[in-house]
Amino acid sequence: MLQSPVPLHIPDGFLTPLVSAIGWILALTMIAIALRQTRNQLGERQIPMMGVLAAFIFAAQAINFPIAAGTSGHLLGGALAAIIMGPWAATLIMTAVIAIQSLLFQDGGLLVMGWNILNMGVFTAFTGYVVYRFTKSLLGRNPVALIAGGFVAAWLSVEVGAIATAFELAASGTSPLSLALPAMAGVHALIGLGEGVITSAALSLLQVSRPQALEMGETAPGRRGAIFVVTAMALSIIVALFSPLASAHPDGLEFVAEQQGFLTIAADAPYSILPDYTIPFIGNPAVTTILAVLVGTLVVFGLALLLGRLTTRRQTTGD
Amino acid sequence: MHHTIDVKNLHYTYPDGQVALRGVDLYIAPGEKVALVGPNGAGKSTLLLHLNGILRGDGEVQVCGRPINDKTLGAVRAAVGLVFQDPDDQLFSPSVFDDVAFGPLYMGLDEGSIQQRVEQSLDAVGMRGVERRVPHHLSGGEKKRVAIATVLAMEPEILVLDEPTAGLDPRTRRGLINLLRELPQTMLVSTHDMGLVAESFLRTIVINEGRVVADGPTQKLLADDALLESHGLEAP
Amino acid sequence: MHISFLDPFQARDSLVHRLDPRVKAVLTLLYVLAVSLTPQGAWAAFAAFLALVLTAAWAAKLGWSYSLRRSFIALPFMLAALAVPFVTPGPAIYEVPVLGWTVSEPGFVRFVTILLRAWLAVQAAILLTATTPFTDLLWSLRNLRIPQALVAMLGFMYRYLFVLADEALRMNRARAARSPRIVGAPRPPIGWQARVAGSMVGSLFLRALERSERVYAAMASRGYDGEVRALVRFQMLGLDWIVLLGVSLSLVAILTLTLVI
Repeated sequence: MLQSPVPLHIPDGFLTPLVSAIGWILALTMIAIALRQTRNQLGERQIPMMGVLAAFIFAAQAINFPIAAGTSGHLLGGALAAIIMGPWAATLIMTAVIAIQSLLFQDGGLLVMGWNILNMGVFTAFTGYVVYRFTKSLLGRNPVALIAGGFVAAWLSVEVGAIATAFELAASGTSPLSLALPAMAGVHALIGLGEGVITSAALSLLQVSRPQALEMGETAPGRRGAIFVVTAMALSIIVALFSPLASAHPDGLEFVAEQQGFLTIAADAPYSILPDYTIPFIGNPAVTTILAVLVGTLVVFGLALLLGRLTTRRQTTGD
Repeated sequence: MHHTIDVKNLHYTYPDGQVALRGVDLYIAPGEKVALVGPNGAGKSTLLLHLNGILRGDGEVQVCGRPINDKTLGAVRAAVGLVFQDPDDQLFSPSVFDDVAFGPLYMGLDEGSIQQRVEQSLDAVGMRGVERRVPHHLSGGEKKRVAIATVLAMEPEILVLDEPTAGLDPRTRRGLINLLRELPQTMLVSTHDMGLVAESFLRTIVINEGRVVADGPTQKLLADDALLESHGLEAP
Repeated sequence: MHISFLDPFQARDSLVHRLDPRVKAVLTLLYVLAVSLTPQGAWAAFAAFLALVLTAAWAAKLGWSYSLRRSFIALPFMLAALAVPFVTPGPAIYEVPVLGWTVSEPGFVRFVTILLRAWLAVQAAILLTATTPFTDLLWSLRNLRIPQALVAMLGFMYRYLFVLADEALRMNRARAARSPRIVGAPRPPIGWQARVAGSMVGSLFLRALERSERVYAAMASRGYDGEVRALVRFQMLGLDWIVLLGVSLSLVAILTLTLVI
């Protein structure tokens, strides 16, 4: 059957509405940029090409190989798509894949789709792309660089997606970070091996039979901006690691807000009947906290993109 | 009435360096139905893609008396209905209705006429009532018919078909041959199906290695064993 | 063998099938939101939401248990919440023998709540796709202000999903046909098998890329100019408004009652 290969598709209910909303805002921002960038990259071909390649990723996930005891390895595909087509095109392709999996096959929730798109699409695409290009620039243009770069990029991309998922679960109080992080990272360190081998084998087939196909990624938009997006991701993870989220307490973002003393008023509010539950009406201090977190994240992202653009411009004018 | 195709000294080289057309000349008169035959890789599909400006090689291509350029491109694409070999490429919309309506929609027709065109063209190919179906759920023969309907909906003056009978079972093939015979448009059909050529087309053009190597009455060409042999063809 | 059986749409003639797809899409989203906002341990509210989704399945002539039977797809993810009953502080209600781990009462409530939310949300989504042809769903997304280009991409993906998945399955079968299992002979190493799978993925990509070029040519042949265009399909009728208001009011009512009582 064509089921999700990697248990990264978060269903509805596992993330709080607040965490879900943050995911949607970030995802929509990235999708909007991706739509513009791939339009520049591909012109009129954009829509049919992105659509058909999204169908390819979906179908490629059906190509499996047996590992052991009835389980089998498959592809997630974000890193492969990014290496071939560039990170923004891969963002769109994976968005379509995740949307269809959720809408058509209920593989991954609707409210939480923002994070699913980020985890399996944006994060894997950008990590994969940056790591691949970095490895290639270290090892030079040769078949070994291609295989090693593809393997490391794909393996790391799955790791990053899994780590991000662990943080989201922790922020929602669904699982304490101290358990979710090692569990997710550990399982996907194994799953990522399959991703790595398949990705590098697919790349070396392309290198042999159609090297022009690999040139798209070399000239795709976002090749300089990507490094800033990845830096922003890494910074966010580090910040989150040192936040109170990383405690063993499983109450997530709301608990963190409470610990910081923001929820004391909310606890007395008439609409808060159960002690740790509030409806996020405007004016609620909890919302203010969350908004602050949100704005902070967006500012970091915005800055990264701006920096990326500025340096790109400087480099192109400097050429 | 000037539903003509006029190609003069057409050359085309693919971006990867592969030379596909080396000076093609052909003229098709209004209302004529012509077969285009030749071995695999002869340049048939490449030639067809020039007839509505998808590819633009060196040389002259005039359709309905107009040269193809950026200005006439829209009109040329409405005048020449190109039916691709694989109906899965041709039928790219999520439903049959959307697909047949695609051409008329991009011609800027209003909703009433689009609806009407969809019905008429599905009628013409004997496929009324499948509007809501997903193209993937159609059989091979049904897909071919709907693919033809998608271009008929644009009311083209010229039909260009690439391998219309490939992969069809005998009965479906027969139905399709009858359909082609009934359609009134000027027609250029590329095919390996020599039976189809013999019974449906008075004139045949043989193309090989990017050149027209023979052009004349089908009966005469099919009787020329030396010609057929040297270009990898076979009489039915 | 075609994989078209994966298409989840169930053709029936029912009130739910006839509804404007926008109404169904919006109500599904509201339902998922309401379920996610329902406090932990509000069992009565969850029962009411379950009743709502079962009623909808019945009204859609799918049989009341239709979504129920298909709703276990989210279960494997349950693992992700498995730690909650053990790590949430509170009075212990159960101790795992030998290991000595204790399940706390609030932890148990939280765990069951998470599963209930996921289970109910999945059922609503199942009903949406079972009663709405995907093209109508796409149309409603476009109408609900999702970027046109993205919706158009989803349309292409949906169309070629089946074509490419068929190709992938044919490749899988061709590989299986040449993979004899001889008793006693060693199996090829996993790394080798993964490389074979990778080569298959690579050639599938080339086929997809070539297909996308042909599809673009077919579109351009029929006048495509890069702009997305679509026809108006549905008008909101009286019944659509009644259902939209009725169901959203009952969602709000269930939620409010739960929070007030």
